[in-house]
Amino acid sequence: MNNPEIAIDSKPRLVLSGITKRYPSVVANENVSLTVQPGEIHAVLGENGAGKSTLMKIIYGITKPDAGTILWNGQYETITTPSQARRLGIGMVFQHFSLFETLTVWENIALALDERIAPTRLAAKITEVSEKYGLPIDPYRLVHSMSVGERQRVEIVRCLLQEPRLLIMDEPTSVLTPQAVLVLFETLRRLASEGCSILYISHKLDEIRALCDSATVLRGGRVSGTAIPKNETNESLARLMIGGELAVCTLTPRQPEEVRLELDHLSLPTSDPFGTTLKDISLMVRSGEILGIAGVSGNGQKELMAALSGERLSSGAMIKLLGHPVGDLNPAKRRELGLTFVPEERLGRGAVPPMSLSNNALLTGARKGMVSNGLIVPSVTRAFAKNVITRFKVKCGDEMSVASSLSGGNLQKYIVGRETMLEPKMMIVGQPTWGVDVGAAQLIRQALIDLRDQGVALLVISEELDELFIISDRLAVLAEGRLSPSVRPADTSIGQIGTWMSGKFNEPANPVSAGASPLMEVA
Amino acid sequence: MFVLERRASPSFTMAIASPILAALGMIATGFLLFSALGKDPVEVFYLFFIKPLSTTYDIGELLLKTTPLLLCGLGLAMGFRANVWNIGAEGQLTMGAIAGGGVALWFGDSDSVFAMPLMLLAGVLGGMIWAAIPAFLRTRFNTNEILVTLMLVYIAQLLLSWLVHGALRDPEGQNYPQSRGFGDAETMSVLIEGTRVTWGIVYAVGLAIISWIVSQKTIAGFRMQVAGVAPAAAAYAGFSEKRNIWIALLVCGATAGLAGICEVAGPIGRLQQTISPGYGFAAIIVAWIGRLNPIGVVFGALLMALLYLGGESAQMGMSLPSAITGLFQGLLLFYLLAADLFITFRLRRVRPVKQVEVKPAVTLGSAA
Amino acid sequence: MNPLVPMIAATVVAATPLIYAALGETIVEKAGVLNLGIEGMMLIGAVAGFAATLATGSDFIGFIAAAAAGVALSLAFGFLTLNLQTNQVATGLALTLFGIGLSAFVGHNLAGTPLPPLPSIKIPGLTNIPVIGDLLFHYDIMVYLSLVLFAAVQWFVTKSHAGLTLRAIGESPSVAHAIGKPVLLTRYLAVMFGGACAGIAGAYLSLVQTPMWVEGMSAGKGWIALALVVFGTWKPARVVLGAYLFGGVTQFQLFAQGFGLPIPTEFLSMLPYAATIIVLVIICRDPKTILLNQPASLGISFHAAA
Repeated sequence: MNNPEIAIDSKPRLVLSGITKRYPSVVANENVSLTVQPGEIHAVLGENGAGKSTLMKIIYGITKPDAGTILWNGQYETITTPSQARRLGIGMVFQHFSLFETLTVWENIALALDERIAPTRLAAKITEVSEKYGLPIDPYRLVHSMSVGERQRVEIVRCLLQEPRLLIMDEPTSVLTPQAVLVLFETLRRLASEGCSILYISHKLDEIRALCDSATVLRGGRVSGTAIPKNETNESLARLMIGGELAVCTLTPRQPEEVRLELDHLSLPTSDPFGTTLKDISLMVRSGEILGIAGVSGNGQKELMAALSGERLSSGAMIKLLGHPVGDLNPAKRRELGLTFVPEERLGRGAVPPMSLSNNALLTGARKGMVSNGLIVPSVTRAFAKNVITRFKVKCGDEMSVASSLSGGNLQKYIVGRETMLEPKMMIVGQPTWGVDVGAAQLIRQALIDLRDQGVALLVISEELDELFIISDRLAVLAEGRLSPSVRPADTSIGQIGTWMSGKFNEPANPVSAGASPLMEVA
Repeated sequence: MFVLERRASPSFTMAIASPILAALGMIATGFLLFSALGKDPVEVFYLFFIKPLSTTYDIGELLLKTTPLLLCGLGLAMGFRANVWNIGAEGQLTMGAIAGGGVALWFGDSDSVFAMPLMLLAGVLGGMIWAAIPAFLRTRFNTNEILVTLMLVYIAQLLLSWLVHGALRDPEGQNYPQSRGFGDAETMSVLIEGTRVTWGIVYAVGLAIISWIVSQKTIAGFRMQVAGVAPAAAAYAGFSEKRNIWIALLVCGATAGLAGICEVAGPIGRLQQTISPGYGFAAIIVAWIGRLNPIGVVFGALLMALLYLGGESAQMGMSLPSAITGLFQGLLLFYLLAADLFITFRLRRVRPVKQVEVKPAVTLGSAA
Repeated sequence: MNPLVPMIAATVVAATPLIYAALGETIVEKAGVLNLGIEGMMLIGAVAGFAATLATGSDFIGFIAAAAAGVALSLAFGFLTLNLQTNQVATGLALTLFGIGLSAFVGHNLAGTPLPPLPSIKIPGLTNIPVIGDLLFHYDIMVYLSLVLFAAVQWFVTKSHAGLTLRAIGESPSVAHAIGKPVLLTRYLAVMFGGACAGIAGAYLSLVQTPMWVEGMSAGKGWIALALVVFGTWKPARVVLGAYLFGGVTQFQLFAQGFGLPIPTEFLSMLPYAATIIVLVIICRDPKTILLNQPASLGISFHAAA
């Protein structure tokens, strides 16, 4: 890991001072300073919206700061483009991958290289570097045929080909199974031992304590503290990160009642050539229970969501809602039976961006007296929207504010609130807390648990394993379009779920490496 | 240096101001153009915008030209709001004229009270049938309606040409490619004495009001609007995409068809080779200037009608080519689109800050 | 002489402007930009090329002027859609309406003046070979240049690094921006190339095919070129093949007259338009064909946050 000799002998790899970036409605970074030594793995920790990604984009030359300086190996640099950053020796692995799906691996890599290499030579180089670091990839494969984890390898190899002196990793583990996380950490430690500095962006405390030499914590765009993660606890890091204690949700045991949703060998070929085919999925959700569906996105989550909501139709009997076959019913008809759903994509699907919150209530709530003889009753829609805003503590102007003016967390609270107040019998939620700040995430999880306690059946699809272990009565894993058996969280381990996430449902639980790292304390 | 930045929410003021700015931009450009051509811009301006409004007869002409523009514009605006790009209103207008005109010729000189209602109905149906083709192809075969509706314009015009050269040609018409004149009962009555304006304008304004109510007050209008701005949200809510496409196209077909029959049963009085100087295309601009809002479309149609009349009067008064109307129409739409930018964005002045150079990603007037 | 020979020759001449316009638009769309203004740019190219040739007597200068006029108009489109983020469909329509109006305005004194047609290239020996000589070796230079253009576009899109960048930007401008590709510049260059090609296509109508200036003389060919890009599923070779098929359809009149088929001319004139619709239906029937081939960002504005 950190090699003290290098650190003492040479100048810091990167020194940021006074970096400030303002957007019309928010200050993304204010007076942020941090120092990274050669060979150091440095965490940038902060919750969603704390300004981590903006800071990294500034270092990588995508975003221009309003003020501040960047000292690179002791030299002042003004980094204005990513290619300049790459020439300096800065590589970045993006959270949302920067790959072109219709192109091959080598084409993707050629695009980001600033020198021209003949395709065959480049392919050979890709194979060589990828094998050296234990990240095997086939240079001639089309990216859209690869899993999310494989795509991350392409991103990393692309950086490594340029022999970076600083590698920025933006939330790299959300797309990985717990086992793959450990492999990634090995690769990163090896890179660091070779003298490459690593800026590791994350909001996952265990990971940072397991991997990083030092940490800079951001809160609301400002540095709220620095720490040596190994000497901290999750609680002390969380205090720095959110300025308070981590609230906890608890699930009181409860006897589930009648079956509300039943999938009977649901198979659905994808309509999108880049999508996932659902294969033989059977499950049951009862009144008063939460079924959590874990798995890395891109394994059929979107497709399952569409099949459940009715945006994609299947044959009638494959999906039963309260005993009715609904596979061939559209979303509006399923809603009439008492189904509501919160999609993973908020702006543009769950809400209409340029419309007011009041009109966004009308989007799914028309049957709650908002329409009479085909005419909209504005007083009812506004009252409904107002009610959601107060009950779910949505921060916004008023019910006439447009949806796109809300922050991600507040919009999600509004959508969850709207779907909750439609008094569902069955509710389906996709990625409830993606990109949502800690406070909002807490409120949303509690709202889901409250619904369960009122006897609603819930199905929650999420990438956040920690979250699912907290809120689920039962857990199943969606991998490559197939669904694992379901288990009670208490009867399983992160290790077993991780094995399932790579599609191996039949193998016995594989405990994650002996002497489990702090990373695995979560469950 | 100026940078563009997104407004927190769209500016309502700019949405209203933008068409006015666009009209001013168009006039300013016209001023420069005419000066460059050695014409007196003040005189052209007079011929274009004042003279066509100076007598009752002229006002009547204005309303007469407003009628088809308003009818087509209303239908198009409804489609554009729902993200259905019907650009073939001209063809639907032509088919309305053929169908309605066919009924008129069938009635001959009969003074049946059923003649006019049946003609109007046939006109509406003719337009709807023509619009049903792209609706069917889009919903069934996923075929882009932009190209299909446009191709159908050419086909409709050739069909009309074939009819007036053949089956429907007036046998006593000295071989002119036109039909017999319609009888009295088959011609729309004049609304204002001393002008040529017909009842068509009343239908058009009535439809504008209905269209406004539907778009602003009903769940049906809401559904179409959602489909236009956020198709994924419409799917999520369970609004049928296919139904929206059918409605958008059929409504526009109906209004354009009505425009067609109102033209041939009104000022033209017969079927002939050319029945519209591009009203169906100009209506695209009308819909845009009107902010896709039915009440706005009324003003858009009046402005566009004025441009047509102005073009005619400039042609007669200064022997300018009539194409000047088309030029101004295009300019107007260009300026409008540019001005619309400021509904969602604003310009902000930025000063480079010390040490770190700031380069905006979007710099007005530079390519890279 | 074989009666088919003049028909095929007419087909090639009819297809040539479609090839220029559609290859240009293919590049524009590969960059993720939908320019519906081809019709307008063709007309401006037709009138500019005609006026320049009339004034100078040089066809070469005519084509240069046409390309320049097409580029000028495409820059207006580029500024609106790329800098000002206007709706590409609406802006393309505006460009067409503007082009129709401006060309008619500029050209109203030129209408009806005839020009001598472009001489065909004669290669001693080759041109005189029976049938083959007539079929292959007696066209004007623009026909041969259209094939050179095809080869160049084909190479650019499939083999060159710049072509790879172009395709990447067409798939995802935001990703391209994130890895430091010049999205705006590339899109501008593509739009300008499309403008130049459309201008040349228009000049081919007014300098070679007719050759004279007639108001609205493109008669929907710009729109057919747009359909050809879809028909060719954004692949240059298929686009060119489609152009020849359509050239054949437009010349069906000759065929019908030749065989004395009693079909009214109006219906024969409808053929290319009807064929366009049929072809679109066949290609678009399976949504996967479009999803797999259409540049993913086609028609969507891209605004890089500063």
